[in-house]
Amino acid sequence: MHLLLTDQPGGKLLLLGNEAITRGALEAGTAVSAAYPGTPSSEIANSLYHLSMEKDSPLYFEFSTNEKVAMEVAAAASAAGLRSLTCMKHVGLNVASDVLMTLAYVGTRGGMVIVTADDPSMHSSQNEQDNRIYARFAGLPMLEPTSPQEAKDMTIAAFEISETLELPVIIRTTTRTSHVRGPVELGALPARKKPEGSFERDPGRWVPVPAVARTRHKILLDRLSKSGELANSSPYNKITGTGPLGIVASGVGACYVADALHDLDCHEDVTFLRLGFSFPQPENLLLDFLKKVKKVLVVEELEPFQEDAIKIIAHENSLNINILGKGTGHFSRLYEYDPLKVKSVIADILGIDMKLPDIPDIPELPTLPLRPPSLCQGCPHRETYNAVKQALRELDLEDKAIYPTDIGCYTLGLLPPVRMADYLLCMGSSVGSSAGFSVSTSQTIVSFIGDSTFFHSGISSLANAVHNQHRFCLVILDNSTTAMTGHQPNPGIKLRPPGYDKPRIAIEDVVRACGVKTVRKINPYKKDQAVNTFKEVLAQDGLSVVIAEAPCILYLKRVGGKK
Amino acid sequence: MKRTRILITGVGGQGTLLASSLLGNAAMAEGIPVLVSEVHGMAQRGGVVESTVMLGGLESPIISRAEVDILVSFEPLETLRALDRCSSGTVIITNTSTIVPFTVELGQAQYPDTDKWISVLRDKFRKVIAYDAKALAGRAGTPRALNVVLLGTLIGTGVLPVSPERMKETIRKKVQAKFVEANLQAFELGMKEAA
Repeated sequence: MHLLLTDQPGGKLLLLGNEAITRGALEAGTAVSAAYPGTPSSEIANSLYHLSMEKDSPLYFEFSTNEKVAMEVAAAASAAGLRSLTCMKHVGLNVASDVLMTLAYVGTRGGMVIVTADDPSMHSSQNEQDNRIYARFAGLPMLEPTSPQEAKDMTIAAFEISETLELPVIIRTTTRTSHVRGPVELGALPARKKPEGSFERDPGRWVPVPAVARTRHKILLDRLSKSGELANSSPYNKITGTGPLGIVASGVGACYVADALHDLDCHEDVTFLRLGFSFPQPENLLLDFLKKVKKVLVVEELEPFQEDAIKIIAHENSLNINILGKGTGHFSRLYEYDPLKVKSVIADILGIDMKLPDIPDIPELPTLPLRPPSLCQGCPHRETYNAVKQALRELDLEDKAIYPTDIGCYTLGLLPPVRMADYLLCMGSSVGSSAGFSVSTSQTIVSFIGDSTFFHSGISSLANAVHNQHRFCLVILDNSTTAMTGHQPNPGIKLRPPGYDKPRIAIEDVVRACGVKTVRKINPYKKDQAVNTFKEVLAQDGLSVVIAEAPCILYLKRVGGKK
Repeated sequence: MKRTRILITGVGGQGTLLASSLLGNAAMAEGIPVLVSEVHGMAQRGGVVESTVMLGGLESPIISRAEVDILVSFEPLETLRALDRCSSGTVIITNTSTIVPFTVELGQAQYPDTDKWISVLRDKFRKVIAYDAKALAGRAGTPRALNVVLLGTLIGTGVLPVSPERMKETIRKKVQAKFVEANLQAFELGMKEAA
């Protein structure tokens, strides 16, 4: 039995923030869930997947081909009256944003939760966008947990708020709150019975043609205002202390503040507001808070989201109060914070002389060699890269070749000695950007995309390349899994996890159906054959696709049971 | 209990995350407030993998400069890399067997003389326990039990209010059945290194 099915109400498990979200979804009776994996959100999807594979599981889960599809699956389940959840990394919400913006208009029936896991400092991402802005952009309520216990509790609360307002509710985590493990007290699990939804046709609600959309936008704003009332009385917006310095913090920032107040022994100097129900802002609560304190420090990673909102509230109420944070240079919009950074700022404002422990001086310590992440020893991608490089060299094309790349383990082809990753924007960008390079330059273009990324957002770009007669060689690195995020299945996989019996869609069939004429398949470990194939397709000028087929070696070990 | 910040560092594949999770579970079973933070994703591919175990009511999942109370390092180069978060009051437990990064193999950097540096550390930090934990794990039956050897030493120092019995009970519960005996033996061997 899966650990998350432990049926001991009142018992405790040491869970990751992400696992706690899954447990919350279970306790709340989620019926339908769908996701595309992405760090730091992946463990939510992974645990939902494993739970759905349990015998007689009442939970439906699918790895959808991308975040947009996943959100549509969850939205329709909600429209049919079932509780549903989708989760994704921050940039995944960009992909799903087309759904999000209008889903806010048509709303939900069964409770629906959208988890976005942000990545300040870009531990495993291409940007550090602050997805709290999506809550404001779409006009949807948002909760931000600070611990695994809160992650579970807020997930359950989010379903209830969603059903009260008939809106999806966003849970926003960051790498630190997703990947922290802590004790979580278990609640009761509902009866393991598969619920059946029922959709009632009502085009005046669910089909946002302009006339309907105009009505729905007004309804959204009314509900958002009701949501603000819920935020005012939410147990997740808590004030402690009565000191003259007001501190407002959310997410992991609130954890750093709590520890700083303890270390500096300055609880008496501070009134501390933890914002857990963080959008819409609890305006009445914030106004009372602002009236009680002499100045305010806002501690939040990335954008001045609360800081700006607090400035507006202060301005609208003619409060002349100093609001410290990013505007005053106390904090940066860049990167994640750490406990010492937050503690130093608070000590500085309170005039406390903070002493660091003695740090031994070791002046002669040499520069330490780095350990950048790299492609595994024996990884098939290495072989493919080498074969392409050798083919280009033999054709005397290596010097002017460019390598648009994509998102996955193979992005590490950036590093020496491979150095074959030249341009990257987002999932699927290898294909679209190759088209742009092909009309702008006469350089040789070889681009790389993984099997899962191809299904995620490569297919429509490939159809575009055929129709608009672009000229490049697309190498599909088919390792039969979504390797980087922990070996999730995708529609093309040959090597299947135990019990996974969904139909396979062969990548070659998709490529040919898009109209590509030059399609080759190689085994990257058969070096001569691979080099010759690349030489043949790179010597011609049109569009070609080479599918390099060999399973991820780590995945092969795992599925082969040799772990 | 006193608030305690433990940094566990090593290289992807060495089992640092299992070590922090075992320690976290044992602490929870002792009724100690605990948080464990982990690194997932891209960094795990042969990179440095750090985790923290925060005991006694801390809310922050990560550790800043000079805040480490106990450093448990699975690899000596990583011990040196983590020194920027240690203070003279830090207890250091480190494996001495090396994993040479590919940047060294490619000739882009030099692997430091870690024996020499560890002896320097002995003069600068509160306590340094350094030995070949991989060899001990091998003696226990599996080099993969390196993580549990080092946990044994950590518990053996007595600096944490987690009893050896509690740790062994956690190992029995959380480690795959066929590896339990080797891990328990690894734990005992590690304990002895703390003496």
